[in-house]
Amino acid sequence: MNYTLDFTALLGNGYPSLVWGGLITTLQMTLLAWLLAFALGSLLAVLRMLNIRLLNYAIATYVAFHRNVPMLVHILLWYFGVASLFPYEFNDHMNMIGGGEFVYSVIAIGLVTSAYVGEDLRSAIRAIPPGQVEAARSLGLSYLQAMRKVVLPQAFTIAIPTLTNQTLLLFKNTSLAMAIGLIELTGAGRAIESATFRTFEIYLVVTALYLGVSLLLMFLGAYLSKRSSAAMAR
Amino acid sequence: MLEILSDNWLSLLIGQWPHGPMGGLVATIGLAIISLLLAFPLGILLALGRISPYRIFYWPATAVVYVVRGLPLIMFIFWAYFMLPLLINTSVSGVTTMVAALVIYEGAYLAEIIRSGIQALPPGQMEASRSLGMGYMKTMRKVILPQALYNTLPSMLSQFISTVKETSLGFVISVHELTFAAAQINNILLTRPFEVFTLLALTYFVLNLLLTGLVKLIESRMNSSRLVVV
Repeated sequence: MNYTLDFTALLGNGYPSLVWGGLITTLQMTLLAWLLAFALGSLLAVLRMLNIRLLNYAIATYVAFHRNVPMLVHILLWYFGVASLFPYEFNDHMNMIGGGEFVYSVIAIGLVTSAYVGEDLRSAIRAIPPGQVEAARSLGLSYLQAMRKVVLPQAFTIAIPTLTNQTLLLFKNTSLAMAIGLIELTGAGRAIESATFRTFEIYLVVTALYLGVSLLLMFLGAYLSKRSSAAMAR
Repeated sequence: MLEILSDNWLSLLIGQWPHGPMGGLVATIGLAIISLLLAFPLGILLALGRISPYRIFYWPATAVVYVVRGLPLIMFIFWAYFMLPLLINTSVSGVTTMVAALVIYEGAYLAEIIRSGIQALPPGQMEASRSLGMGYMKTMRKVILPQALYNTLPSMLSQFISTVKETSLGFVISVHELTFAAAQINNILLTRPFEVFTLLALTYFVLNLLLTGLVKLIESRMNSSRLVVV
C-alpha cells in the first residue's frame, strides 16, 4: 500500500462548499424527518392508548410494515412508486423547485422512524402508573389534556435513551437518500470522489463529519437523560 | 401486480442464476447468513474487549463500537469498496465488499448484545469458576459464554432480521440481491414503478414477519423450558 495523502486537491473547484452544502442538506433532512417521526410517533402512541380494537390492528399493521421493510425500499417506493401516482405536472413542479429526492426521502425516513418512536413511547407510557391518568382526569383534565400535560412529558423522559438512539439512526439513515441521487453528505462525498479520485481524503472528511455529529447527538442524549433523571429523583 | 409477480417470480427469487450470479431473495438471505456468521467471532472478540479490565483491549474495542454506531452503513460499504482492493491487491466483487462491510457493522452490534448477555449473568458464576481453579479464558469458554450466548439468542436473531434489511444497501453498489432484482424489473417494465416496488416491499415484509414469528417462538420455548427447570 503506497498512497500519498493530498488534501489540497479537495480545496479547489468549489469542493469545500459542496461538502458544506451536503452537510447542511443532511442536517435539514434529519431535522424535518425527526419532526415528522416524533409528531406521528406520539400520535400513534396516544391512539394506541385509546384501546379501540380496529385502530389497534391498523396501527400494529402500520408499525409492522414500516419496521419489517428496509428503509431503502421505502425510499424507492416513495420516490419511484408513490410519485408515479401523482399527475405529471405535480412531479414536474416538484423537480422545478429542486426537491423531489429531498421531499420523498424525508417522508419515507420520517414514516419509518415514526413506527419505532411510536413503539418506544408506547412502552414508556406503559411504565407510567395508571393512577397518573386517573388523578389527572379526576382533577378535571380532559383525556387529551391528561395525555399532553401529564403522560407524554413523563413518557418522553423515560424514553430518552431509546429516543436518542432513534435520532442517531435517523441521522445515519439520511445517507440512504444518495441512492436516489440526492446530494447530501454521502452523495457529495461520492461526487467529489469520482471527480478527483482522492478517495481516501474525501471519505476521511465525510467520515469525520458524520462521526462528529453522531458523537454530539450521543452526548446530548446522555446529558438530557442525566438531567431528567436528576429532576425525576427530586 | 399479480401479473408482474407471475412473470418475474423466478428473477425475484434467484436473479439471473444459472446464467449469471445468484441473485434475488436467495442472495439476500445468503448474504445475511454469511455476514452474520462471520460477524459472530468478531462480535465475541469485541465483547470480550469491551468488558476487559486491560486498556489495550478495552479502548480499541470501544472505539470500533462507537465508530460503527456513529457512521452510516453506506459509508462502510464505500470504505470497503475502496480499501479491500488496496489491502489484498486484487479486484474484489460487490458481494465480497458487501460481506466485509456487514461483518464489521454487525460485529459491533453483536458485540453489544453479547456484552449485555455476559453482564446480565450473576458475578458469582465467574467467581465460583475461578475459585475452582479455571483460568479467565477457560471460564469464559466453558461457563460464561455458553450461558450468555444462549440467553441472547433472541436478540441475535433480531439482529439477523436487521441484517436482512441492511443487505438491501447492496443495491447501491450493484450487488445482485432482492432490491437490485426488483429495480431491474422496474427498468424493463418502466411504466409500473408503484406496483413493482410495492411487490418488493411486501416480499421483505412477509420474509421478516416469518423471521419475527420464529424469534417469538424461540423466545417462548426458552422461557417455558426455564420455568420447568426452576
